[in-house]
Amino acid sequence: MNYLIRKGWRPIAVLLLLFILWEIIVKITKVPDWLLPAPTMIINEIISGWTSFYPDLVSTAKIAVEGFLVGTTVGLVVAVSLHLVPWIRDSVYPLLILSQNVPIIVLAPLLVIWFGFGLLPKIIVITLTCFFPITVAALDGFKQVPYAHKHYMLMAGAGKSQMFWKLEWPYALPSVFSGLKISATYSVMGAVISEWLGAEKGIGVYMTLASSSFRTDKVFVAILSIMVLSLLFFAVIVAAEKYFIRWQSKGGTME
Amino acid sequence: MSHLLVDHIVKNFGPNEVLSDLSFSIEKEEFVTIIGPSGSGKSTIFNLIGGIMTPEKGVIQLEGNNIIGKRGSISFMPQTPSLLPWRTVLQNVLLGAELQGKKDRDKAIEMLHKAGLTDYVHARPEELSGGMKQRVAFIRALLSPQSLICLDEPFSALDELTRLEMQKWLLSIWEDYRRTVLFVTHSIEEALFLSDRIIVISAKPTRVAAEFKVPFKRPRDESLFLDDKFLKWKRTVTYSLKNVGSEKDGDANRRTYPFRSI
Repeated sequence: MNYLIRKGWRPIAVLLLLFILWEIIVKITKVPDWLLPAPTMIINEIISGWTSFYPDLVSTAKIAVEGFLVGTTVGLVVAVSLHLVPWIRDSVYPLLILSQNVPIIVLAPLLVIWFGFGLLPKIIVITLTCFFPITVAALDGFKQVPYAHKHYMLMAGAGKSQMFWKLEWPYALPSVFSGLKISATYSVMGAVISEWLGAEKGIGVYMTLASSSFRTDKVFVAILSIMVLSLLFFAVIVAAEKYFIRWQSKGGTME
Repeated sequence: MSHLLVDHIVKNFGPNEVLSDLSFSIEKEEFVTIIGPSGSGKSTIFNLIGGIMTPEKGVIQLEGNNIIGKRGSISFMPQTPSLLPWRTVLQNVLLGAELQGKKDRDKAIEMLHKAGLTDYVHARPEELSGGMKQRVAFIRALLSPQSLICLDEPFSALDELTRLEMQKWLLSIWEDYRRTVLFVTHSIEEALFLSDRIIVISAKPTRVAAEFKVPFKRPRDESLFLDDKFLKWKRTVTYSLKNVGSEKDGDANRRTYPFRSI
């Protein structure tokens, strides 16, 4: 906690300064609210609109978590099978990169045509944004296992599954976590995009309604909540990482 | 019957002959050192015995059983300690045994005590010095159930003082827990101090160039290093290695490797 205070006060101070500047400029230049609301107005909207906004927030958080879990599973399964079966790696890896080149915005309506408005297309959208960083990070981790360690395990007679569970998987875990951190923040974005496809509630829906009715303050509330949610997810992954990977604490590679 | 028999082994890497007709054997509970110029196929010999590579020709037998291509027949101590950073010292020394499915926690703790690592049983490898890491790696090899231990230049990365400490330590532990040992090194002194027998191998293509039975009685201590007889032996082995290195027979691949002066 002390550490957080010591390291965290600078960005917070900058942020506060920025808000104050923003407030002053808006007040002096008398920009209309629908163009750029002052920070105080946004805060007011958060407080007064909280009860109506709260269900949207929960809904998005829920779908983001679900999508993240599915995306993580898919990402890890893909990484492990690519790693363990070389011919799959050779034939599938280039296609994985292609899958990331398809714009989600274009793909999303297609998914609705194929799968309707239910949960499935939303989970697919989040999975598509989530799995790739995890797969790439895990594959990198597997590749970084030092030759000396592998050589020892081979000489000592380790089988393929022992090699994987006792050496490669634990060795790749820090890399997997750096992939998870990226994916966790992507998952919130993915969830919001998936809600644009059509949903009853969620930040995505709230945002669309707000912008089409020129309630710019509400748009900012949505942006702010997406940021907070992403940060929260990120923090959870960092905590999990601290718990699972204590052996790397001295290296401090991912601060 | 010899514990390990390596008989007429031939190994090629593509067009290059690495081992040509290599033969030697080790008796039970014998400490044998292989010494040779750098670039002579020492690690290839280990990879063959360890079953990672297979020879073109020849026989490798452990207690009469063919072990060509069979991994896990020997226990191994590599040049770098190769300890797993997420495991504690205790978990690390158990790894070799764990791979074979036979763990003995109490014996492991007892041996760590004997090795002077009492305070580090639950420490992680990053907290250990280079010498301590190698001790852990050696105990890991000792705790593995296989009867033959292969050590691949285990002390070459250590500084002079630590190396002497480690050699004495290795001897004392080995005298308590007798095992058959195949040791590879660059250092003639180390070979003379530790082993019962020294096998000198030539540069590529490798074959056995000379063999010496080391006459010093056990237990040995460091005063041996200054013994006249020891120095005489050192000269003899050095000359035999020099001959190996400077052989010129027109083969372009064969180079003269300067042997590290001691």
